[in-house]
Amino acid sequence: MKPHRKLSVIWRFLRGVTPLFLASLLCSMLNTLFTALTPQIIRAAVDSVIGTEPFGGLPAVLAGRLAGLPFREALLWSAGAVLTVSALAALCGFLSRTGTAMCSERFVKSIRDTLFGHIQRLPFAWHTGHQTGEIIQRCTSDVEVIRNFVTTQCLEAFRVFFLVAVSFALMFPMNAKISLVALLFLPVVVAYSLFFYRRMAQRFLDADEAEGELTTGVQENLTGVRVVRAFGREAFEVEKFDRQNGRFSELWIRLGKLMSIYWACGDLLCGFQILAVLLVGVSETVSGSITPGTLLAFLSYNAAMIWPVRSLGRVLSEMSKAGVSIDRVGEILDAEEETAPAFPQTPDWGGDIAFEHVTFGYSGEEPVLRDVSFTIPAGRTFAILGGTGSGKSTVAALLTRLYDLAPGAGRITVGGVDLRDIPREEVRRHIALVLQEPFLYSRTVEENIRAVRPAAGREEVRRAARAACVDEALAEMALGYDTVVGERGVTLSGGQKQRVAIARTLLAGAPVLLLDDSLSAVDTETDANIRSALLQQAAGTTLVLISHRVTTLMQADRILVLENGRVAEEGTHAQLIARDGPYRRVCDIQMNQDDRALLAEEGGEA
Amino acid sequence: MATAEKDFGTSFDPGIWKGILPYLKPYRWEFTVILLGNLLCAVIDVLFPLFQRYAIDRFVGEATTRGLVPFGVLYALCTVLQALLVVWWTRACMRVEMNFGKDLRRTQFVHLQKLSLSYYNVTPVGYLLARTMNDTGKVSAVLGWNVASILWGVLYMAGSFLAMLWLNWRMALLVLLVAPVIVLLSGYFQKRILTWNRRVRKLNSRITGAFNEGITGAKTSKTLVIEDQNLEDFQGLTGEMERSGVRAARVSALYVPLILFLSTTATALVLVRGGWLEREGVLLLGTLSAFFSYATGLFEPIQQTARDLSDIVSVQASLERVLDLLHEEPGVTDPPEVTERWGDAFHPKKENWVPIRGDITFEDVSFRYPDGTEDVLSHFNLHVPAGTTVAIVGETGAGKSTLVNLACRFFEPTGGRVLIDGIDYRRRSQLWLHSALGYVLQTPHLFSGTVMENIRYGRLDATDEEVYAAARAVSADTVVEKLEQGYDTQVGEGGDRLSTGEKQLISFARAVLADPRIFVLDEATSSIDTETEQLIQQATARLLEGRTSFLIAHRLSTIRQADLILVVRDGRIVEQGTHRELLARRGYYHDLYARQFAQEAEERYHHRSGGEA
Repeated sequence: MKPHRKLSVIWRFLRGVTPLFLASLLCSMLNTLFTALTPQIIRAAVDSVIGTEPFGGLPAVLAGRLAGLPFREALLWSAGAVLTVSALAALCGFLSRTGTAMCSERFVKSIRDTLFGHIQRLPFAWHTGHQTGEIIQRCTSDVEVIRNFVTTQCLEAFRVFFLVAVSFALMFPMNAKISLVALLFLPVVVAYSLFFYRRMAQRFLDADEAEGELTTGVQENLTGVRVVRAFGREAFEVEKFDRQNGRFSELWIRLGKLMSIYWACGDLLCGFQILAVLLVGVSETVSGSITPGTLLAFLSYNAAMIWPVRSLGRVLSEMSKAGVSIDRVGEILDAEEETAPAFPQTPDWGGDIAFEHVTFGYSGEEPVLRDVSFTIPAGRTFAILGGTGSGKSTVAALLTRLYDLAPGAGRITVGGVDLRDIPREEVRRHIALVLQEPFLYSRTVEENIRAVRPAAGREEVRRAARAACVDEALAEMALGYDTVVGERGVTLSGGQKQRVAIARTLLAGAPVLLLDDSLSAVDTETDANIRSALLQQAAGTTLVLISHRVTTLMQADRILVLENGRVAEEGTHAQLIARDGPYRRVCDIQMNQDDRALLAEEGGEA
Repeated sequence: MATAEKDFGTSFDPGIWKGILPYLKPYRWEFTVILLGNLLCAVIDVLFPLFQRYAIDRFVGEATTRGLVPFGVLYALCTVLQALLVVWWTRACMRVEMNFGKDLRRTQFVHLQKLSLSYYNVTPVGYLLARTMNDTGKVSAVLGWNVASILWGVLYMAGSFLAMLWLNWRMALLVLLVAPVIVLLSGYFQKRILTWNRRVRKLNSRITGAFNEGITGAKTSKTLVIEDQNLEDFQGLTGEMERSGVRAARVSALYVPLILFLSTTATALVLVRGGWLEREGVLLLGTLSAFFSYATGLFEPIQQTARDLSDIVSVQASLERVLDLLHEEPGVTDPPEVTERWGDAFHPKKENWVPIRGDITFEDVSFRYPDGTEDVLSHFNLHVPAGTTVAIVGETGAGKSTLVNLACRFFEPTGGRVLIDGIDYRRRSQLWLHSALGYVLQTPHLFSGTVMENIRYGRLDATDEEVYAAARAVSADTVVEKLEQGYDTQVGEGGDRLSTGEKQLISFARAVLADPRIFVLDEATSSIDTETEQLIQQATARLLEGRTSFLIAHRLSTIRQADLILVVRDGRIVEQGTHRELLARRGYYHDLYARQFAQEAEERYHHRSGGEA
C-alpha cells in the first residue's frame, strides 16, 4: 500500500477526534514547557537568591523587585514558583493524558465498529477466502498496533522531539560548549537503540514462532487426549512436549542475552553522557564561564532528556511495524461489500422457483454445476439428493444469493423474476436457509431463536421449538430456554444445534424453507418427526430438502438427483426406485436388502 | 464447575505464593545473583549524586580542576561496573523466567497426562491451555523480573535515605515527610488501576469473542439477515469499552502528575531549607544539589515498586489457577504396588507384562459418574469372550459410552470388578491395558504432521512398509494416494486439512497398525458421502476380525454384524442379545429398528403391490 493510502486509512478514523487530539497535543507541549521551567527557577534561586549574581534572563521590572526582597522572602518566593510551575505542569499532564485517552478510545472504537459492520456485509466468497483466526487477528492485534502507533508512539516521539528542542533552546544560550557535548551523544543513543531493536526483531519472531509451536502442541495433546490414552502414548507426548518446551525457553534465553547487552550498553552510554556533561560543566564553572546554578540547571536538563531519548529508539523501531498492520487492516476495508441491484424488483414469492441452464463454479475453479435446469413448484416439498461434490449445497448457496451467477451462465428465477434483480436481504428473508453446521450466537437459546424476529413472544418461540423437536431437550436443561449457548456457554450437541437453528428459521415464517443437510446429526426417528411437524406447521410453504440420506427425502413430492454437477434424474420416490439409476443404487447401499426382508418377515407375522 | 473463574482480590496473599517455593529451589543461585546484582546497582545509583556533590564542592567550590581526571575515571569505572552488573543479573532473571517456566509447564503437562477423562469432559481445552501457557508465563515472568525490580526499588530507596541522613539529617527528615504520602497514594492508585485494568481486559476479550462470532457466524447472519442487529449489539459493547477505557486512563492520568507534583514539593522543601542552611554556611552547594537529585529520584522507585506489587497481586490469580490444576486429583490411579511391578505411563516395565487376549468380564459392576446422583449401572454382569463383537445401540445421549469407558478403564467401577483375562484390571497398570487398546472416535483426531507420522502413532517403531500395509488393510491407501504429497502430506492442526472421511480412514489405519486386542469404535453419525462410507464399512469389518470389539453403533449394517447387541436407554442397558433374538423379542430394539425402516418398508410394499414384481 502506498504511504498516502496508509495515511488516508488513519485519517478516516482520526478525523472525528481532531480537535480533541490537537488540544491534547497542546496540553502535552505546555506540560513540557512548564516542566522545563523548574531548573531555571532553581538556577535563579541558587545564583541570585542564595548567591549574589544578578537575576538574569528576567524582565528588568521583575528582576528589580526580586532583588529588593529580603533573603528569606525571596527564597520562599522561589519555592512557591517551583510549586506553581509544577502544579501547572501536573494539570497540563493530567489534561493531556485524559484527552489522549479519550481520543485513543474513540479512534479505536470507530475502527472496530467500521470493521465489524463491514465484515458482516462482505460477500460470502470473501469469507470463505479468508481464515477466521487471521481476520480476528487483524481486527484485534493489528488494530491495537495502529492505535498505539497513532495515540502513543507518534505522540511520544513528538513529545521527545519537542522536549529535546525546548531543552536545547534553553541550554544553548546558557552555554554552547556543554550543550554541544550533550547534543553529541543523542544521535548515538538513538542509533544504538535502533540498531539493537532491528537485531532483536528477528529473534523475537523466532521466539514467538517457537511459542506458537509449543501452544499448538499442547492444544493438540489436550484435544486428542482420548487418542493419547487409548494408545498409551503419554511418554511419547511428554518427549515431544519437552522438545518444544526446551526450544521455546532456549530461544528466549538467547534473546535475553542480547537484550541484557542492549540494556547494559544503554546504561553505559547514558552514564557516559551524564559524566561528560558533568566534567565539561565543572570545568566551565571553574573557569567562570557559567555560574554554579547554571551547572545545576544543565545537569537537570540533561538528566530529564536522556532517558526519553533512549526510549525513542524503541518507539521508532516499533513504529516501523505499524505500516504492516495498517496494510492488513486497510486490505479488509478495501474489500467490496455486497452490492444492491440497480433496479430492485419484488417478485411474487408464491411463484415457482426455476433454475434455467445454470452453470456455476467457485472463483477460478472447475464448474460445480453444469447446465442445470429444474423447477421447484410453489407450496410443495422438493428434495435434492447428492453425494459430496455433487453440487447440492451450491444450489442452496445460489438460492440465497450467497453467490451470484455470472452473466450468461443461466439464471434463477422466482415467479419469473431474476434473483439478481431482487435485493439480497429480500431474498434471504423469503428463502430461509438452515445450514448443516448452523451457528448459534453466544446468547440464550431463546434469544437465538428470536434473533430473526426480536418482537416474538415466548409462546411463539416455544411453538417453533416444538416443531423442531427441540422443546423437550431444552426443558430438560437446568436453565431451559435461558441456557446460554456458544462460546461462553453450554455446548449443545450437533443435533441440538441443528434443531435450534430450524426453530429459529421457522420463527421467521419465510415462504420458502431450505434445509441443507440440516438434519444430518439427528437420528432418523427425530428426522422423521421434524419433517412431519414442518409439513403441518408450515402448510403452504415450499420446502426444499437437501440431503444424502434417502429416508430424509423419499416422501418429497419430487426428488432431484445430482451427480457431478449435473441432473442425473428427477421424479418421485416410486418412479426413481423403479428405474435402475443412481437413486436406486444409493437406496440399496443405505438400506440393506436383508434387513428389509427380515422386517417384512417380522411385519408379516404381526 | 472447573471453568468458573474466581473473582480475585486486590491484596497480596503470601499463603498462595508459598505453594510455589518448592519449584523455586533449583534457582537459589539465580536469586542470589539477582539480589547481589541489584544491591550493587542500587549502591552505585546512590553514589552518583554523591559524585556530583563532590564535583561541585571540591572543584567548583575550590575553583580548581586538579583531580578532575581521577574523578572522571572513578565515575566511569562505576558506570562500567554497573553495566556489567546489569548484564549479570538480567541474564539470571531471564534464566529464572524461562527455566522455571519450563519446569512449571512440564509439571503441568505431565500432570495433565494423568488426569482422568472425566476431568476433560467438563473442562474446556482452552481453559487448560490458558493455565499451561499464559498463566505459567505470567507467574514465571513476575518471579524473575518483578522480584528484581522490587529489590532494586527498595534497596535504592533505603540507600538514598541513608545517604541523605548522612549528609544532613534534618533535611533528610524533610524529604521523608513527602515520601509516605507518595507511598500511600501509590498504593491507593495502583489498586484502582488494577481493578480498572481487569475490567478493560475482560471487555477486550469480549470484543475479541464478538469478532469471532461475527466472522464465524457470518454465513448464518447473512441468511438470517440480522447484520444490522449484530452491529448494534457490537456497538453497545465497544461503547462500554470506550467508557471503561477512558475511566481507566483517567485514574493513571491523575496518578502520575500527582506523584510528580509531590516529588517536586520535596524539591521545593529542599530548596527553602537547604538555601537557608547554605546561606548560613552550614551546607555546601554540592550537598544541596545531591539533595535535589535524591528528592527528584524518589519518585521513580516508589512508583515502580507500587507497579511491581500490583503486577504480583494480579498474577496471584494466575498462580492460584495453576496450583489448582496441579492439585487436581487424577480419577484413575495405579496404586504404588502396581506401579512397582508393572511401571507407570512413563516408565513401563514391559518385561513383567503378560500379553492380553481380550477376554473381558464385568462382575457385579455398579457405576456412577463423579458428578452424577444415581447409578447408571448396578450389579451388571457380562462376559465378553476374546474375539467377540459387541454393539451398543440406543438414541443420542442415552449413555452408550459408559460401558466402553469402564472396559477401557477410562473410568473405574464404583462397585464390583472388571476382569481382563480373568484379572481385576486395577491390579495391573493402566498402560498395560491401554497398550492393547485401539480406539477410533466419532470425530477422529489427528496430530499435526504428515499422514505417515499419524498412522505410525499406532506403533512408533513400525517400518514404512508396515504403515503402507496398515493403510491398505483399511483401504486408506486409495484416499492417501489422492492427496497431493501422498503419505508426506501435512494434515494440519488436528487434521483440519483433511475431510472427516479421510481422517476416519487414517485413524483406522493407525488403529490397525497398533494391532490391538481390544478395539473400540465410536461410529460417526455425521454425514459422509455414500462411497467413503462404503470404504469405511469394509474397513470396519477388517478391523473387527479376531479382536474383542465394542462398537458404539449407529448404522444397522454394523449392528447386524455384532455377536452381541446391548440396547441402552436412559443410561441403562435394557436389552441384550443377537440381532435376530432382539427383533423376535419385539421390545425396545424392535421399536428402534422398525421406526428406522417403517416408512421405507411401506414404500417398498406399495411399490411391490403396484404389480411390478
